[in-house]
Amino acid sequence: MRDTNDIEALIAMMARLPGLGPRSARRAVLHMIRKRALLLSPLAELMTRVARDARECLNCGNIGTQDICEICEDARRATGLLCVVEDVADLWAMERAGVFKGRYHVLGGTLSALDQVGPEELRIPKLQARVESEEITEVILALNATIDGQTTAHYIADQLEGRVTLTSLAQGVPIGGELDYLDEGTISAALNARKAI
Amino acid sequence: MPLRISRLSLSHFRSHFNVVIEMDARPVVLYGPNGAGKTNLIEAVSLFSPGRGMRRASAQDMTRRPEALGWKIDGLVQTPDGLQDISFVSEQGQPRQVKINDKPAPQTRLGELVRVLWLLPSMDRLWIEGAEGRRRFLDRMTLSFFPGHAEASLTYEKAMRERNRLLKDQVRDPIWYKAIEAQMAKSGAQIHANRQQALERILLAQDMASTHFPAAELDLVQTEGEMPDGETELRAALEESRFRDLAAGRTLVGPHRADLYGVFAAKGVPASDSSTGEQKALLISLVLANARALVDDFGSPPIVLLDEVAAHLDASRRAALYDEICALGAQAWMTGTGLELFTELGSRAQYFEVTDAAEGSIVTPINATG
Ligand SMILES: Nc1ncnc2c1ncn2[C@@H]1O[C@H](COP(=O)(O)OP(=O)(O)OP(=O)(O)O)[C@@H](O)[C@H]1O
Ligand SMILES: [Mg+2]
Ligand SMILES: [Zn+2]
Repeated sequence: MRDTNDIEALIAMMARLPGLGPRSARRAVLHMIRKRALLLSPLAELMTRVARDARECLNCGNIGTQDICEICEDARRATGLLCVVEDVADLWAMERAGVFKGRYHVLGGTLSALDQVGPEELRIPKLQARVESEEITEVILALNATIDGQTTAHYIADQLEGRVTLTSLAQGVPIGGELDYLDEGTISAALNARKAI
Repeated sequence: MPLRISRLSLSHFRSHFNVVIEMDARPVVLYGPNGAGKTNLIEAVSLFSPGRGMRRASAQDMTRRPEALGWKIDGLVQTPDGLQDISFVSEQGQPRQVKINDKPAPQTRLGELVRVLWLLPSMDRLWIEGAEGRRRFLDRMTLSFFPGHAEASLTYEKAMRERNRLLKDQVRDPIWYKAIEAQMAKSGAQIHANRQQALERILLAQDMASTHFPAAELDLVQTEGEMPDGETELRAALEESRFRDLAAGRTLVGPHRADLYGVFAAKGVPASDSSTGEQKALLISLVLANARALVDDFGSPPIVLLDEVAAHLDASRRAALYDEICALGAQAWMTGTGLELFTELGSRAQYFEVTDAAEGSIVTPINATG
């Protein structure tokens, strides 16, 4: 009895994952149990390690297993270009496209007075510091076309004005939260067609 | 091809359980007793333009009780751009989802395809009540010329809510204000310009037409202070107003404080001081002028919803209204309690009788009596 409860609980947990529903969760769990040695045990181990080690990069907000992420560690990515995104998912989408060679800065959201998110709740002070310490010459604002996204873009632009070149991704391209859904070609086109603010 | 709905089906929408009707291009008359479901039906038609429809109700309110399952509207709409299948679904009180030719579409897209204007009994007091009602009336007219008006209004309102929150919380970060005000200025200036141009077009159409309805002089005013002309000016005005706004806890300058001032032109009397009948006639006159202007602008007259408009007009005014609607070629949807209110229309219109039944409103097509 106890075992079935755990399995049911596992299915219920899995069903809460984005992209999975109760039916696909059930199928996945059954599949894993049948491939216990090949899938389930290694997965459980990995999950334990990730649960222990996953953290936000102290510099950029990317998620990795070290205090400083691989991108921030990599000297070849110190190109003077910094791409500001709302969410880690956006960063990963850009990386998947593989066209951007600079570094990132993940804000962790957008300014929203109604949701009580101010500059201090986002990584905006840190962004200012990085522009100095990493000798940034161009900041690319890859923020959502939403009102909050644009308010945030205005805010950052205002703070950095005169210190760096400010650009944004080509208009008409859904960016920010939707970056994740774009194919590589579209992302690279938007990046190439970026324009000064 | 003039704009019209050729087929309309309602499912679980207010008092309508399941209704399918087919129409030609002629005006549509819906008659039947009080509470039969006439206004509900034209409310469904009002949803073919962006927004919450003519009653400004929530999707939840529109769902048929007691089932409260959600509702569906499906319309075949003949537009200047061709035939479109437009449908709305609201599930369990959720806001309606729009589909155009089976593809999900944003509500704002409706504004490009379809134009709908309306007059309701509740607007009889429009000239004497608060500015909000007149502003809404003006924005409906404006939207009919500028589909982008909906988007600009949404942006402006959202940004203003953000700014008002900062004001309430006594936040003082000037860069934050500036970032929000930049967006308010851009959308706000757009709103103001749209309204001005819409009024110009309506007034022009009014001047050009010979009509039995009285002309109005119209002015776009502010309930208080001045409306800055242009984006840069509005931006500066918002910045300047910050201190005052902090004390008030809300934004005191901008297009959200606009008002429509109307004068009964022939007598030089403000609309608010005109007789009840005159006030109504002014509104009809504006809707007709708006419709006429759209023939040039949009390539078709709009769909016009006139809820119980006949009841308030004497026989000659009524005949004049019907003549003008027929001359326009607009698919006007008109409601009334009795058929006798529409005798002057004769076979120029198509008729549906609406009756109330336990299992839902019944809508029956009636052959014109001529
Ligand atoms: N969500 C709902 N579910 C079920 N019935 C509803 C709902 N909303 C409204 N009704 C009912 O629909 C009925 C018809 O309303 P409607 O306003 O269309 O009447 P009408 O034919 O225009 O009448 P009148 O001539 O009095 O204006 C009303 O009795 C009302 O109670
Ligand atoms: Mg009614
Ligand atoms: Zn990093």
